[in-house]
Amino acid sequence: MNHPLLRALAGLALLVAADGAGAADANIGRDVAANCATCHGTDGKSRGVVPSLAGQDKAYIVQQVKDFRDGKRPSTIMQQLAKGYTDAEIDAAAAHFAAQKPN
Amino acid sequence: MRQSRREFLRTGSAAIAAAALGGIGGCASMPDKGPRVVVVGGGFAGATAAKYVRKWSDGKVAVTLVERGSTFVSCPLSNLVLGGSRQIADLTVAYDGLDKWGVRRATDEAMAIDPAARTVRLSGGTTLPYDRLILAPGVDFMWDAIPALASRDAQEKILHAWKAGAQTVALRRQLEAMPDGGVFVMHIPKAPYRCPPGPYERACQVAFYFSTQKKKSKVIILDANDDVVSKKGLFTAAWNGRYKGYVEYRPNSGLVDVDVAARSAKLDFDSVKGDVLNIIPPQHAGGIARALGMANANGRFCQVDFLSFESTAQRNIHVVGDATQNAQLMPKSGHMANQHAKVCAAAVVALLTGGEVNQTPVIANTCYSYIDDKEVVHVASVHRYDAEKKTMSVVTGSGGLSPGPSVQEALYADAWAKNIWADMLT
Repeated sequence: MNHPLLRALAGLALLVAADGAGAADANIGRDVAANCATCHGTDGKSRGVVPSLAGQDKAYIVQQVKDFRDGKRPSTIMQQLAKGYTDAEIDAAAAHFAAQKPN
Repeated sequence: MRQSRREFLRTGSAAIAAAALGGIGGCASMPDKGPRVVVVGGGFAGATAAKYVRKWSDGKVAVTLVERGSTFVSCPLSNLVLGGSRQIADLTVAYDGLDKWGVRRATDEAMAIDPAARTVRLSGGTTLPYDRLILAPGVDFMWDAIPALASRDAQEKILHAWKAGAQTVALRRQLEAMPDGGVFVMHIPKAPYRCPPGPYERACQVAFYFSTQKKKSKVIILDANDDVVSKKGLFTAAWNGRYKGYVEYRPNSGLVDVDVAARSAKLDFDSVKGDVLNIIPPQHAGGIARALGMANANGRFCQVDFLSFESTAQRNIHVVGDATQNAQLMPKSGHMANQHAKVCAAAVVALLTGGEVNQTPVIANTCYSYIDDKEVVHVASVHRYDAEKKTMSVVTGSGGLSPGPSVQEALYADAWAKNIWADMLT
């Protein structure tokens, strides 16, 4: 990051990202939700005992994940995974799941 | 900002700089035919990458998956075949589920890459052009480290069973044929190797078989490492508890060679003879990913830019899965490979369609291990890109282990397998 023009570009891009308008930002919900697919199924459509998230209420998903994270809802693994994500990521992933057709 | 800066320098494209600035979608200079991706290797990493490039590009990027096998066989859960609670057919999935995504499949082997021409040559004679190449060859065994196992014949007698399939079934047959009172000797190479908890899970599964069917038999674990590499407390509790008298653990057991006829492991100072001998050889990146200077971490594994999984040695070539050099506490696991593939797929789609590469990727790992046929333990972690260090770091406070084995986690492990196989192959 030595070139002044690049520094300026980077700074601008960060401002845009912070504003929530970056192109990559639009995919954060999709990308974080893809992390969950290994246990909850692609786009939250589960084939096993782990619950499907597709089509669930967004606020409900957000609350459950935060309850796991904060230890208010007991779990085997979700408390450990939920601590890895920011509030913004949890919110975006929940929105992605809520927008999917239920299976 | 690394990726977009590099792309900016590389192409000088105002369109891409504008995309980085303002999130302008689409790329004016996109060729009529559409960009092409070739994926080499149809395991957890490669199959996931192939599907997700199609899915996330809405079919705009053409994908060819090169895989020599006709079906996928899962390494995760394959120790259960040794324990007797699953059959190999339970772990086998067809590739044709990828057809509906428009993934073209070549049942063939990639032989050579021409990075200047951007082509891959297959053993059948086909040459595939690419705009970006994704290599997911897994690991090759370093047979040079075990001279007596150089021949195919020796490798069919002293089994590794570290790539699931015929070897797994053959090792189960050796265990079944072993008379009660026999000894199963297994050797674990120094880390890093594929699936850190896998060898210890295997010891549990063989001990489970012995404790139910061959009560006079015993497992000896010869570990080149100085201690149990993964889930130590959980595994040692099982060996000292439900498998007491069945499992003996010997750390610092570096392997020098084997005696195939005697089924004996030669260590630095002594030899250990087994009725069944199972050698997990040391590993390096699959051959195609060691070409062109890409195995630039100790000559064994491939360093990548974790924003895109592009090789640090070759432009337009990405490496995902077990062939990559791990970042901090990132295991070589099927789960991790799935997550590599998605970061890579998102970046490749962005780079080929004028989008912006995510600068804050976050990925997770979950490894379930079966203690017997009904109880399971896990280790989990979350890893986030650190722009300062340009690597993935474990998120402080995230992750952890099971308190102990449980039936509930066996249900979750089963769901994990069903969902991850579907996520990559359907």
